[in-house]
Amino acid sequence: MFRRPHPMAFVTPSSVAEAYDVIVVGSGAAGGQAAYTLTMEGARVLMLEAGRNYDPRTETPMFQTPNGAPLRGAPTPDKPFGFFDATVGGGWTVPGEPYTNASEDESQQFQWYRARMLGGRTNHWARHALRNGPYDFKPHSRDGLGFDWPISYEDVAPYYDKVEMLIGVYGTNEGLENTPDSPEGCLLPPPKARIGELLARQRGRKLGIPVVPIRRAVLTRPLDHEAIPAKLHPGNPRAQRILAEDMQMRAACFWATSCGRGCAIRANYQSTTVHLPPALATGNLDILTGAMVREVPVDAAGRATGVVYIDKATGNLHRAAARVVVLAASACETVRLLLNSKSNRFPAGLGNSSGLVGKYIMDTVGASWGGQIPLLENLPLHNEDGAGGLHVYSPWWLYKEQRAGKLGFARGYHVEFGTGRGMPGANAPYVADPDGVTRFGPGLKEDARRYYGSQVFFSGRGEMIPNADSFCELDPKVVDLWGVPVLRFHWKWSEHEVRQAAHMQKTFADWIEAMGGVNRRKPAEDGTRAIEPGGKVIHEVGGTIMGSDAATSVTNRWSQTWDVKNVFVADGGVFASNADKNPTLTIMALAWRTADRILDQMRRGDV
Amino acid sequence: MSEPMKSGPPLAPRMDRRLAIKWMLAAGAGALLADSLAFSAAAPAGPTPGQAEGYGRDADLVKEHRPGDFWPLTFSEAERRDAAALSDMVLPGDDRSPSASTLGVHDFIDEWVSAPYPTQANDRKLIVDGLGWMGTQSRKRFAAAFADATPEQRLSLCQEMAQPAPAGSGPVAPSKFFKRFRNLAMAGFYSTPVGMRDLGYVGNVPLARFEGPPADLVERLGLTDEVKW
Repeated sequence: MFRRPHPMAFVTPSSVAEAYDVIVVGSGAAGGQAAYTLTMEGARVLMLEAGRNYDPRTETPMFQTPNGAPLRGAPTPDKPFGFFDATVGGGWTVPGEPYTNASEDESQQFQWYRARMLGGRTNHWARHALRNGPYDFKPHSRDGLGFDWPISYEDVAPYYDKVEMLIGVYGTNEGLENTPDSPEGCLLPPPKARIGELLARQRGRKLGIPVVPIRRAVLTRPLDHEAIPAKLHPGNPRAQRILAEDMQMRAACFWATSCGRGCAIRANYQSTTVHLPPALATGNLDILTGAMVREVPVDAAGRATGVVYIDKATGNLHRAAARVVVLAASACETVRLLLNSKSNRFPAGLGNSSGLVGKYIMDTVGASWGGQIPLLENLPLHNEDGAGGLHVYSPWWLYKEQRAGKLGFARGYHVEFGTGRGMPGANAPYVADPDGVTRFGPGLKEDARRYYGSQVFFSGRGEMIPNADSFCELDPKVVDLWGVPVLRFHWKWSEHEVRQAAHMQKTFADWIEAMGGVNRRKPAEDGTRAIEPGGKVIHEVGGTIMGSDAATSVTNRWSQTWDVKNVFVADGGVFASNADKNPTLTIMALAWRTADRILDQMRRGDV
Repeated sequence: MSEPMKSGPPLAPRMDRRLAIKWMLAAGAGALLADSLAFSAAAPAGPTPGQAEGYGRDADLVKEHRPGDFWPLTFSEAERRDAAALSDMVLPGDDRSPSASTLGVHDFIDEWVSAPYPTQANDRKLIVDGLGWMGTQSRKRFAAAFADATPEQRLSLCQEMAQPAPAGSGPVAPSKFFKRFRNLAMAGFYSTPVGMRDLGYVGNVPLARFEGPPADLVERLGLTDEVKW
C-alpha cells in the first residue's frame, strides 16, 4: 500500500518510508509479538527501538568461562547480572536517561531495569513462561481487592496456546488449581530434574508443597515445523512457509550455557531469535534502532498521526507516520511516552482523560533464602547444566488456606529454586569455617570439593495487589539527555506483600530443615526485612491498566486507549493485576490478541 | 607445603609506577602501626581508584579479556609477589590441581581491587592495607618479605590471620583481610577451567541429551520415586 524508498529491513531516519500501516514502539516481548503478528498477516510495520541493533548469533558468549571476563564475570553497575548477561546499554541506571524517586526512604523507592538493544529485556530474561490462571483475571471478584480484568482466562487461552507453539515452551500439564494445562501440541517435554530438585520434591511433600516441572521458553527438541505453522496462520500459506523455514533454523538446546547470556543457536525465546527473523522475512517490517520515541502527536480530529522520535546518533527530531501506533516500550516507558504526548486536545497527556496513566504500577514480590544440604555433599561427578535455568518449581499451593483467611495475606506466590553444580563464577564456592577459623591450605581444596553442589537457594515470586501509592509521573524538574521529562516513582508495599514475603522465608527455612539442612539464622518475622525493593524482580506492569469503562482505566479490553482509538498498548502496562506468574507469556499473548484486533479494525476501516 | 614461587610463572614487573608508589607510601604508613592488630582503624586509606572507567554497558562479551585490559592495576611488584605467595598458601598445588598463582589468581585479585566499582572499591583498602600489614609483620618477624619467608614462617602468619577476631577486640582487620583474600582467591581459582575441573564441574559442553543425575545416585538418596519425567 505504501511505496518503500528501498527494500531494507533495517532503515535509517532518511530511509524510513513515508507512512506505514502500524508503528510499533519497542522491540521486546510485546513489540516483537505485535510486529510478528502484524507483518505475517500483511501489515507494513515500522518498529522503533531506542537501543542498538543486536545479533544473538554472533554476540552471545556461548561457552566463554569467567576467567576470560573482567572480575570473573562478577555483577557490577555496568552489568548488574554479571558480565556475560546479554543486556546491552542498560541496567538499573542508563547513562543519560535518569529517573527519580519521590521519597528518600529506600523502602518507598522503585528501581527500574532497562535495556537499550534490539529485543530489549527478552535477551536476558529467565524464560519462565507461566500462564495466568482463571483466578488471576478476576482477583477482585474473589477477595474484594485490586481490580478485575475486563477479560477472562478464556479470552486469553487461545493466545497462550499460539504463543507457546510459536516460541517453544517446555513443561507439563499437572491439573493444579489456577495453574492451567495447555492443549495437546503446545508444550515440549520437560528436562529431567536435577538431584537437588528431586530431593526438594521429596521433602517438600512433607510440607504439602508440590514440585513440578516449570515452564520455560527453551526448545528441548526442535519445533514441529510441519504442524505448527498451519495452526498459527490458517489460510495464510506465505506466513506458514516463512514460519516453517524459520523454525528449522532454530536448534534444540544442547544443554550448555546459561540462558541469561542469550542463545546463538536460537534454542530459547528472545524477540531477536523468534519474533523478528520471520517478521523480517516477510519484507513487511522496517526496523529503526537508536530511535527514542518522545511523543505521539495527534491531528485536529484527535487521532494519532504517528510518532516523533529522536535519532540518538544526531539528537535530531524526526517524524514517522502510520494509521495505528502500538506502544510496546515496557510498562513505565509507555507511561512516560503518553504523559509526554501533550497537546491542546490532551493537555494531561495522551490517553490520560481518566488521570490514570502511570497509576497502579506493580512489581512481583520477591524474597529468598538459601541453605546447605549435607545429603548433597560429595556427590559423584555429573553435568547439571541442563536447560540453562530452572527445571522445576512450586506453583502456589495454599489456595484453600488463603480463602479461609488463615494466612494474613490475600494472594499467592510460586517458588523458584536453584540447586546444583552450576558453573563457578565470581563467588567463592561454599566452605564451612568451623569455629570461625578461616580454612586455608590443602584442606580447603578438599572442603570445596566436598561442599560443591550442596547448596539450595529458594526464591519466592508473589502477587502484588495494585495500590494508589505505587505509581509514576513526570518529574517536574528532571529531563534526560535530550531534554525530555523523566519519570518520578512512588512506591509502597501493602501489608499483603510484606506478610507474604515473611511467609516465603519461613516456608523456605522449614524446607531447608526438611531437606536435612541447618538454618544458620532465623527467617525474618518482619517481612519488610525479607522483601526485595520495588522493581527488583523486573516484573513491572500496570500504568495503563485495562478496564471496562473509560473513567476507571486507560485501555479497553483490546488494549486500545479509550481516548485515541488508533493508539494501542501492547506491553505489560495494561495488566490490571500482577499474578505471581511471570508476566512475559501473558504480555505476548495479549500482544498477539491486540495485533489481531488491529488487523481486524484496519480491514474494516475502523482505524 | 609446596614452594609456590618456584612453581608459579615468572612474575613480570609491571607498569604504572605512579600508583605503585602511592601504595608503597600507604603501606609504609601502615608499618608505623606494625604492632597493632587493628590497621584499619588508623592506617590511611589508599588513593581511591583513579579516573578509570569501568568496561561500560556494551563491552564485547565474546572476546577474552585479561586483568588490566579495562583499568590500570594496583599492586606494587612487592605486593604482587606477596599476593601470589599468599594465594598459594590459601590454595596450594596438590595432585589434582596446581597452586593458585599458577592460574593467575593474584592478578585477578589485583584486577578486583583496582576496579572502579563500589563492591571492589570496598575491598580495595582491606586487601591493600592487609598486604601491607602482612608484609610489615613478615619483615619484622622473619626479616624477609612474605614471599621470601620460609613456608613454615608463612604458615605461622597465615594461621594467626585465620583466627577469628577475639570478642571485644575492636576492628581486627588482619582476620577480616585474610578471610576476604581467601574468598577472592577461591573465586579466582575455581572460575578457571582448571579450577572447575578440580571442583567437579563437568558442564559447559554441548550434549545430545540431558540425562539427569546418575541412576545409582538417585537410588542411594532414596529418590527413585521422584523421577517422574
